[in-house]
Amino acid sequence: MTLVVNELSAGYGQLTALRNVSFSVEGGEILAIIGANGAGKSTLLKTIAGQLRAFTGSVVLDGEDVTSLSASARARRGILMVPEGRRLFPSLTVKENLQLGTSTGRKGDWNLDSVCELFPLVAERLNRVAGQMSGGEQQATAIARALVGNPEIIMLDEISLGLAPAIVVEFYDRLGEITRRGTSVILVEQDVKRALSVADQVHCLLEGQTSLTGRNLDFADIAAAYFGTGHR
Amino acid sequence: MLGGLYAIFAAGLSLIFGVMKIVSLSYGAFAVLAAFLALHFTQATGWPPVLALLVVVPVMAAFGWALQRFVLQRTLGTSALPSILVTFGIAIIIENVLLITESADQKRMSLGWIDTAALDLGLIRLGVYPLGLFVLSLVLLGILAWVMAKTQFGRAVRAISEDAPTVELLGIRPKMIYAWAGAIALALAAIGGVASGIQTSFSPTSGGMLLIFAFEAVIIGGIGSLWGTFLGALVLGVAQTVGANYFPSQGILIGHIVFLIFLAFMPQGLSGKVKRS
Repeated sequence: MTLVVNELSAGYGQLTALRNVSFSVEGGEILAIIGANGAGKSTLLKTIAGQLRAFTGSVVLDGEDVTSLSASARARRGILMVPEGRRLFPSLTVKENLQLGTSTGRKGDWNLDSVCELFPLVAERLNRVAGQMSGGEQQATAIARALVGNPEIIMLDEISLGLAPAIVVEFYDRLGEITRRGTSVILVEQDVKRALSVADQVHCLLEGQTSLTGRNLDFADIAAAYFGTGHR
Repeated sequence: MLGGLYAIFAAGLSLIFGVMKIVSLSYGAFAVLAAFLALHFTQATGWPPVLALLVVVPVMAAFGWALQRFVLQRTLGTSALPSILVTFGIAIIIENVLLITESADQKRMSLGWIDTAALDLGLIRLGVYPLGLFVLSLVLLGILAWVMAKTQFGRAVRAISEDAPTVELLGIRPKMIYAWAGAIALALAAIGGVASGIQTSFSPTSGGMLLIFAFEAVIIGGIGSLWGTFLGALVLGVAQTVGANYFPSQGILIGHIVFLIFLAFMPQGLSGKVKRS
């Protein structure tokens, strides 16, 4: 599978939050999107997912241009996002949240049983009402809910926010299990070191534009791109 | 036993208002429309009104689907005002079309002997028809509750009422879900309308009263809870009946007073589920 994002621009009303961003992701790869607050990371994910309409540019999945498709149509084609803030359905149980995740209608390795194996945290809480769980439990459930949809590419928006480091380590350890089956991952992360430890590719955003992109980058270069110091 | 009839009405409204957050002022008019459709159907074919339901319900359900999908869907947004205006307009249109095509007379459908049949249980006499309606309302609400709790569609409806954008991220098309919910709601309105048309007389303008009763039942019972709505309908029915016993011809007023008391002191309703507005 290949996801190609080409000269993508998007924003909110008059505000252009994202400008001419381009990259591509292959099957089984992990792409880390890093940048300061307000750099446009979440905007990028929402535009790829279809929640935001792109001003210019395109999103192409396996050769098919999905830029004009709705979010639900993209989800059915395998572009799944775990949104910022988890966004579980609070009055539904964990199991019901997961069951809704199968609405993509996609077949694959992931189902209720296999995600429960991957996340024992979720398995133990199937009948718990989603709104009454801790941050870590909710995050695991949100990721599991996207996984049962059998994504081609799963996009994780700041999964470490507000969570204890030990739990975050556990999530990152599991990323390997996800990519092993050919699923790609786009990771939006504030914690740059954490993101770099797993990423094949890094894309740094600064004020809505690409400031650095590549593989095996020098940390000093990344820091400069993140903060906007150094050469532009 | 009046509660059974109200429960059927109110269930549909509970779905539209409580879940989809649409203020459907045309709900009562649809019920009356269904009653007139059934009336003409029985007059044309000579079939009993119950069989007319077999035709009227699917027709109304299909109409509800289309109305939601193509008209009401566009009124959804942050403000409740568009849906209020549109559905109010629809109600007026339906009422006036009916007034023109039918007369303003009271009409009534009959089930024959069942109309006045009653069970004598010593202390009280239970009308067979109201009893049957009560049982029917239990069955219908039970089915609806099961659908909401156990089916993927029901889960989707509950999820949409909490977070529609995230539902889209999972591959579900909210418009379809809303459309089918609209169909179910109007099917319930149709059943309620025909049932009411058998029990009491109706005319093109009866829709307003039915609408009020349905809203009262939903609010007494608590917005967002199906069984709450059922209880609310029962409370309303009992209030009206008991009230009529003590103050003949003021039964409906007593019902309104009870509703106002609930609104003042227990606005979250019997089920206590408070939803964000």
